[in-house]
Amino acid sequence: MTPLLELADLHVRIGSSHILQGVGFAVPATGVTAVLGRNGAGKTTTLKAVLGIVPKTGSVRLDGEEIGALPTHAIVRRGLGYAPEDRGIFAGLTVTENLRLAERGRGPHRYDLVYEMFPELKQRGAQRAGTLSGGQQQMVAIGRTLLNDNRMLLVDEPTKGLAPKIVTEVADVLERAAREVPILLVEQNLALVRRIADHVVVIEQGTVVHTGEAASLLSDPDLTRELLGVA
Amino acid sequence: MSNVVLLALTGLGLGALYFLIASGLSLIFGLADVLNFAHGLFLAVGAYGTWWSSTHLGFPFVPAVAFGVVAGTATAVLVETLLIRPLYRRTIEQVLVTVGLSLAGVALLQAAFGADPLTFPRPEWATGTTRILGAIVPNDRFLLIGAAVVVLVAIQVFLRRTRFGLIVRAGVEDRTMVTALGINVRTAFTLVFAIGGAAAALAGALAGVYFGNVSPGQGTSLLIFAFIVVVIGGMGSVTGSAVAAVLVGLVQQFTSFYAAAGVGEASVVLLLAVVLLARPGGLAGRAA
Repeated sequence: MTPLLELADLHVRIGSSHILQGVGFAVPATGVTAVLGRNGAGKTTTLKAVLGIVPKTGSVRLDGEEIGALPTHAIVRRGLGYAPEDRGIFAGLTVTENLRLAERGRGPHRYDLVYEMFPELKQRGAQRAGTLSGGQQQMVAIGRTLLNDNRMLLVDEPTKGLAPKIVTEVADVLERAAREVPILLVEQNLALVRRIADHVVVIEQGTVVHTGEAASLLSDPDLTRELLGVA
Repeated sequence: MSNVVLLALTGLGLGALYFLIASGLSLIFGLADVLNFAHGLFLAVGAYGTWWSSTHLGFPFVPAVAFGVVAGTATAVLVETLLIRPLYRRTIEQVLVTVGLSLAGVALLQAAFGADPLTFPRPEWATGTTRILGAIVPNDRFLLIGAAVVVLVAIQVFLRRTRFGLIVRAGVEDRTMVTALGINVRTAFTLVFAIGGAAAALAGALAGVYFGNVSPGQGTSLLIFAFIVVVIGGMGSVTGSAVAAVLVGLVQQFTSFYAAAGVGEASVVLLLAVVLLARPGGLAGRAA
């Protein structure tokens, strides 16, 4: 299958740190591709490099088009939805304003889908996003990515700091979203990865050390322990 | 009692002037992280544009002010586009360029119009007075206060009711995330420079009415107080700037009258220190 997103020889240097050291992998046009690795391996930086949020060298191709040199807003407008690790919520804006801000172009914008997945966002539309719980803020972050007709979602640690019940809800949403749009997911929660990921990419110290089917990695305790330090 | 009324309205008038300058400064810093020391130039262009169109083109007061505001806005857009835009995220260079531009602007105005203050064309109504609670209050105070209220309401409507306003409010919180939503935040930068330039140019024209003259260095001296207002109000908060401007104007007027000349300015600096000790982020903004 032709990959939708291809990264090649990505390097990111911040100060004296060489964080990404030639990262390259391909993301298929369907399903969930999970980026795994220990803390500080370069997973979040990889997503930021794809979006041009951090300065980088190397190649990023979306559906064959080179987008690596474009500014962030232009890359996103090519059809990439981004839910960052810290959720990127605008605390002083209301929930509705947070969603409205994410509208791109003339639409149609898929409020029906967002409110169907997260009815709470409709009920809390006038509430300031900064007063929401962590789980509700995550709903806003994911809801914003679903509002537009994106070609791929980049989701960074969506379950970080959430209660187990909320983690299950987030997993349900991602699983459902993945039926419509491919997801590049950075995640430390292996249970979630087992449940929803089709493919995995393992990054260690800024380089890709493993790519393949999620099931084959996660069903091999020795390999999982070797690559991720956990089983 | 009449002294208190006169001082209060004069303080509010001065505060209105500070607010008109500070509102743009605050928005520009809040969104674009630019400490714009050239903001006084927009004010001076507005003042001289008003003076020039009135004395050379024979414009009545309101069209002359409109001419000055358009000139100030155009200057702000040009400065942002040509000089600031290549320097976003390069703070030191920005400071050097805007300070240099401020100094060069004063020198250019001196070369073009002379160093001496020029008598400013004031509408007849503004030169009169109105008696309120026994105080004889110059009418120009009401003009300043009215203009500031209109600008405050207009900026709030822009920020609360328009998509660009939404982008500006979000950008003040987290500019990177705004771009990660597919929004070209640079367009919003230009827009806040235009709004800030327009408000500063209006302040320049109204400062001419208030002081009765216009001089090349007027923008620079008013800018210092506007920066204090921005810091007290909180970087990026227009409402905070409005409250801070009223506080600064009133404190300056009352202490100058009841203490001694010069104490007014010192008391403003003391107010700044007290506010920063109590609320390091200012009255309403993010941490400075």
